[in-house]
Amino acid sequence: MLTFPRWKKLFILLVCLGGILTALPNFLTEEQRSELPAMMPSDTLSLGLDLQGGVHLLLEAETDDVVDTKLKNLAEQVRDIRKSVAHLNFRNIRISGTSVTFEVTRDEYIERAREELLPITQTTTGGVNPLLGGGVQEVTLEREGRKFTLNLTPEGINVQKRDAVARAMEVIRRRVDPNGTREITVQREGDDRIVLQVPGEDDPEALKRIIQTAAKLTFHDVVTDLSQQDMQRGRLGAGVSLLPLKEGGMIAIRDRVIVDGADLTNAQPSFDQNGRPAVSFTFNTSGARKFGNHTRANIGRPFAIALDEVVISAPTIQSAILGGSGIITGAGDVTETQELATLLKAGALPIPLEVLEQRTVGPDLGADSIAAGEWAAVIGFVGVIIFMTVSYGLFGIAANIALVVNLILIMGALSLFGATLTLPGIAGIVLTIGMAVDANVLVFERIREEQNAGAKPFTAMEQGYGQAFSTIMDANITTFIAAALLYVLGSGPVQGFAVTLGVGIVTSIFTAVVLTRFFLASWVTRARPEKLPI
Amino acid sequence: MLLRLVPQETNIKFMKARYFGFVLSLLAIIASIGLFAVNGLNYGIDFRGGISIEIGMEDGGDVPLADVRRIVGGLDLGDVQVQEFGGASEALIRIERQPGDARAQTNAMSSVRAALSEEIPAVSFRQENVVGPKVSGELKRDGTIAVAVAVFAVLVYIWFRFEWQFGLGAVVALVHDVLLTVGFFSVTQLDFNLSIIAALLTIVGYSLNDTVVVYDRVRENIRRYRKMPMEDLLNLSLNQTLGRTLMTSTTTLLALFALFFFGGPVIQGFTAAMIWGVVIGTYSSVLVAVPLLLQMNVKRESLLPVDDEKDPTVDKTRTGNPFEHI
Repeated sequence: MLTFPRWKKLFILLVCLGGILTALPNFLTEEQRSELPAMMPSDTLSLGLDLQGGVHLLLEAETDDVVDTKLKNLAEQVRDIRKSVAHLNFRNIRISGTSVTFEVTRDEYIERAREELLPITQTTTGGVNPLLGGGVQEVTLEREGRKFTLNLTPEGINVQKRDAVARAMEVIRRRVDPNGTREITVQREGDDRIVLQVPGEDDPEALKRIIQTAAKLTFHDVVTDLSQQDMQRGRLGAGVSLLPLKEGGMIAIRDRVIVDGADLTNAQPSFDQNGRPAVSFTFNTSGARKFGNHTRANIGRPFAIALDEVVISAPTIQSAILGGSGIITGAGDVTETQELATLLKAGALPIPLEVLEQRTVGPDLGADSIAAGEWAAVIGFVGVIIFMTVSYGLFGIAANIALVVNLILIMGALSLFGATLTLPGIAGIVLTIGMAVDANVLVFERIREEQNAGAKPFTAMEQGYGQAFSTIMDANITTFIAAALLYVLGSGPVQGFAVTLGVGIVTSIFTAVVLTRFFLASWVTRARPEKLPI
Repeated sequence: MLLRLVPQETNIKFMKARYFGFVLSLLAIIASIGLFAVNGLNYGIDFRGGISIEIGMEDGGDVPLADVRRIVGGLDLGDVQVQEFGGASEALIRIERQPGDARAQTNAMSSVRAALSEEIPAVSFRQENVVGPKVSGELKRDGTIAVAVAVFAVLVYIWFRFEWQFGLGAVVALVHDVLLTVGFFSVTQLDFNLSIIAALLTIVGYSLNDTVVVYDRVRENIRRYRKMPMEDLLNLSLNQTLGRTLMTSTTTLLALFALFFFGGPVIQGFTAAMIWGVVIGTYSSVLVAVPLLLQMNVKRESLLPVDDEKDPTVDKTRTGNPFEHI
């Protein structure tokens, strides 16, 4: 076993070479990296937030709102049918639990109602990921006498929730990183949680403001024929609500949305003809049509532009607006209109988000941590190298070379996997330095033992590596179990530690067992010593 | 002449000291549990919820601790601790969990930030953590599960590779190490946070590593010296592996001490736990895990192969090794 067939030598060489190539980009400047030939790996270790500074937020989506919205939409659809279909009337439209109930006013309406309602029950959710919602029925229809019930199915609710979280993630990404240049991370965790990491950000307050605003823009018809008394007493009639005005006071509007922010294709900060800050917007075709139809039919009447249930302005329609663009005034100063434009362009947040956890690392601390980690690694490394050399001489030097190769392999593997290096990750590497030599210690101690028992150099080496191997495997597998569990059950930085520890275990078995045996076997076969210097 | 930590041939009667070891460990475990019950742990905000802020000064000067205490204390946020962090130029502010939901925590954070920036313009925020009550509870639960699952997984692995007595011995040693580490944190009142869970799991791995190496030798010797009394056999195994045990502990401790002294204050708690764990783990392998085998009366028959030729687990000492070609 001390002779190495050619393929094995080649394998060892390839692994080492691969390690060096994948680790290399980490030591080059960006300029040098861009000059690398295309087939060479150019990925580097990415630094965790704790090393480069930034904000980490754990958000929870309040998915219950999804159900509420969906139910309101259903009720609205039912009202639409009542209004638009002749010879059909409903009453007692109510929302209860996860269903909408209503009654037809006459028995002969039942068939007609069923026909009209059928399309609603046939809707399936497509959403952001069509694979998730393929074929899930969202709504079922039941009838008992004149009473109809539209039920949201549990599967439908689930799909809706998942879909809402996915859309929220997309909105967050567009709001925080509108130009796609900031290398932010938006990840789903569990069913309804989102992890947002923004490297380089040092103002968590501004970040939270940007992502927590719903930015739901809706256009409504204003109800003008209500008396002050009715408004104060809340006698508003069906489908009418009172909304606060941004400049103070209340205004009565119809709940029915003429057109909303989902139909916007663009929004930009601008100024109106009087030089006041405004946001100009453009609708897509369907939005332009809806808006055009409404304005054409309601010239001389006011309409309300509401942002998150606050009316920011209620202009009177002067003429039909058919081009699909317009401006919103009254949103505030220049900074506010700029923020609003970004929010509108990114789209409304489909569900409210709550911040469960917020971690910020300043850029200085990150740099300090890297420096400290490097220092510790160098000192630990030098200490171990000296100690191995004085303990095992030539054999120790072989182990040290293996240790260097091991570090290169760890870096290479981490770069290759695109793993993130965190401070605990550095600790994992330093710890690996200490523990990686364990395999060699086991082998060397065994060789000593065999030699003292009278074995010749060849036999001692062979026995040493052979006998120690199953022990090395047992010992490393147990540590690997711990690392794997850490990865599975841990989060964030702890996972970073688990990754480096796990990778370190695998690479150290290769370097400590295969590589040192290769070195030492080559040496023994060539030098043929009387006795091993160990 | 090469350095030897221990002479090549040692003949220490470890088994003679086993009752001493048992009593010592038992006392230490009782003390740890008692301390844990009385003192508790100084849970970090990861597990308790609340706010921690690490501040420094932009000019690198000392943090005016008294001012910071006064400013933050004046915000009516309940229990506030302000202490130096790794030197006078940095300070750690810890604020107890605010009543209410996660929003209450982040609002409190904002107000501290605003108040400090206004009164001490040169202050720089090096690190801020806000953990809401929901998450902290989950982190605590997940951490406990992680450690429990790790111990169980190890039990299964050792059982599979050895015999039940070995599995039990290893797990007793492990639980011993984990309990004493908890005791250590109870005495020192070091911040017990998420990274300490990582340390605990690594200690589990390390301690086991040590135990497995000795157990492996015990198994090998049982097969080789079929007539030797168990007590002598265990002593022999421990003496044979003593060199390795101490060498590995030394190299690992070298790396850990480097981290402890030069790795910065953020991971000091983690390294302190690891250093303690390595020392305890080494002790428990020698004076807990192996002597337990003697107490539990390991049957050597169960480890002897029925038929040496056919059994793949047999260490075919002189005829080659199953892993030879790897």
